[in-house]
Amino acid sequence: MDKRFIPAGVSRCSTGRFLLWLAPWAAMLLFGLYCAGLCLVKGLNQTHMNNRFAFGLWIFLDLTVIALGAGAFFTGFLLYILKRKELRAVINSAVAMGLMCYGGAMAVLGVDVGQPLRAWFTFWYPNVHSMLTEVTFCISCYLTVLLIEYVPIVLKNRKLRQVPSFLVFEHELHKLVYVFAGVGTFLSFFHQGSLGGLYGVLRGRPFAFREELGIWPSTFFLFILSAAAVGPSFILLTTWLVEKIARKRLVRPQVLQSLGRISGLLLAAYVLLKTVDTLIWLGRTTPRSGFLPAQYYAWRPFGVWILFAEIALFLVPMVILLLPKLRARAGWLVSAAAMACCGVAVNRFVLTIQTLALPTLSFDRFLQYLPSWQETGTFLAVLASAVLVYSISFRYFELFPEEGDLRRELLRAPVTEPALAGK
Amino acid sequence: MISEKKPGKICRYGMAIDIDKCTGCGACVIACAVENNVPPGNEGATDLTGITWLRVFKVDNGEEYPARQAVYFPMMCQQCGVETPCYLVCPQQAVDVDPATGVVGQMPERCLGCRYCMAACPYHSRYFNWWDPKWPAGMEKTLNPDVAPRMRGVVEKCNYCHGRWHAARQRAAEAGLRDIIPGDYAPACVEACPAGAIQFGDLNDPSSAPAKAAKDPESFRLLVKLGTEPKVYYHSKREWARRIGDPSQAPAPKEPARG
Repeated sequence: MDKRFIPAGVSRCSTGRFLLWLAPWAAMLLFGLYCAGLCLVKGLNQTHMNNRFAFGLWIFLDLTVIALGAGAFFTGFLLYILKRKELRAVINSAVAMGLMCYGGAMAVLGVDVGQPLRAWFTFWYPNVHSMLTEVTFCISCYLTVLLIEYVPIVLKNRKLRQVPSFLVFEHELHKLVYVFAGVGTFLSFFHQGSLGGLYGVLRGRPFAFREELGIWPSTFFLFILSAAAVGPSFILLTTWLVEKIARKRLVRPQVLQSLGRISGLLLAAYVLLKTVDTLIWLGRTTPRSGFLPAQYYAWRPFGVWILFAEIALFLVPMVILLLPKLRARAGWLVSAAAMACCGVAVNRFVLTIQTLALPTLSFDRFLQYLPSWQETGTFLAVLASAVLVYSISFRYFELFPEEGDLRRELLRAPVTEPALAGK
Repeated sequence: MISEKKPGKICRYGMAIDIDKCTGCGACVIACAVENNVPPGNEGATDLTGITWLRVFKVDNGEEYPARQAVYFPMMCQQCGVETPCYLVCPQQAVDVDPATGVVGQMPERCLGCRYCMAACPYHSRYFNWWDPKWPAGMEKTLNPDVAPRMRGVVEKCNYCHGRWHAARQRAAEAGLRDIIPGDYAPACVEACPAGAIQFGDLNDPSSAPAKAAKDPESFRLLVKLGTEPKVYYHSKREWARRIGDPSQAPAPKEPARG
């Protein structure tokens, strides 16, 4: 039925099967939209956030998906600025992933604020001292850049290309791709940093507060580095996942190994700087604020194990991704990428949730928070919408430009080995 | 947003609270709510979702009976004077530090409800309107006409009864004076305290109670090492109670503190 829209040279499942795949995600999206609607109409009393736990699941989610979505800007940076040509095979998918992540984050932020209709106030009365102002400006601009980068992918669709004006527009837009990649890289570097600064500047929360390097807290730089390190891992992981679900070879194994190597190198730099930062924070910043480092880890369930878990989730994948022999094995490569993604999630969790759970006043208590079903449902809507948009993009647009070539190669000399040949 | 300097005397309002005198009666809490049109708690509200610009905590010394001692701690916005955390983080200048009074104010009509200021406040003195404000039938007639009620989805906090400050300025202007008549302005909690435990004044005036408290070795401030220069001074003759202000020195309470 929709064969005219499917890119030439690739095979896709039947329309019925595709609709069957979409159905549960669409149901999840509808449920999530209902949850988000409840929060918007009845208010944030539908959540389990409170005056002490002012941020919850949604902010954790925002920080995590934006870190993972860094795969879009960083792949663009590597391809268009640093000329890593092999990454052309995943750039479209990376842009689509970035769009899902950033779009989802912005949508959730719209539900998370008490007065969404006043969102424009930040642009009209910006407080230049606030990290949230930087975040709002940069994320809005970068989401626009991602949309512009996504348009040529849509316009390259087999059917849409038949419209001459679309073809011309897509061609002209493509000429500017280097500009958008550059602007996107700058904006993304900046807002990843601002998201780190969001908590790093909180003088009143010694667990999150970090000393300044220049005008920014150290978390500003650590967030940039961690996002740049984990972004390629996320693209690697999602590409592998799509290959498994679609049961197709989408990229050559060297592409994923290249992503893994870049991720490993950046993880090494991150682990080194994070270690130095942690030592300064525990040895100098915390005592100056009138706290003892042991106080941070005196409350269950956030014992010192979480600090070591965070370190391990960066250190282990770093080692795997830096060793060519391990990197060449599909299982190790994908596991390392998954671990790095979990590491960044734990890092964001620690900074958002653990920070708010810990008491600051000596007579205050440790707080526990579990998201309500409305909060969880809204989170699921982001996940479902991402899967839906990505699935539609995968079916109708060329997310993996080498897919057709790989298919032809396979047809010519059929080999049974999967994209990532494990030893 | 820091407003432009206003003509007249520059004040730095603060409080001196004698926790040895506080009996935990809660009159200050009620007076604050009535003065500032804080609505009664919604049906689903808890101690963590309700709004109380001022709350009283009971804190003990962690000892067993008969050595157990406790103090009551009235907690309101500590009006940080330096690196004011909430002011610095608000993305749309809805938080104001008035250079004429040193009071940290909140503009609910500009507030986005992002709650970043709440995450930033070390004293947890900011409150979000999780519900629409509602008063039982007839009770709306008791609302203070000098203070606007706040809507759902915005943050609010203690502002040293800003309505009273405006009224005092009005009275001074009517009397042909530029500055507030001394003693004509005090927040509702100060007036309501039957034990006289809460005193209010200008820290720039050496004769005021807060200015004297600032020099008293038996006075202390909460979390002073954070470097935000709070303007509320607590006083106690008990050494263990004075250590409450410093988390690395404080005794571990036997019972969880309740506000």
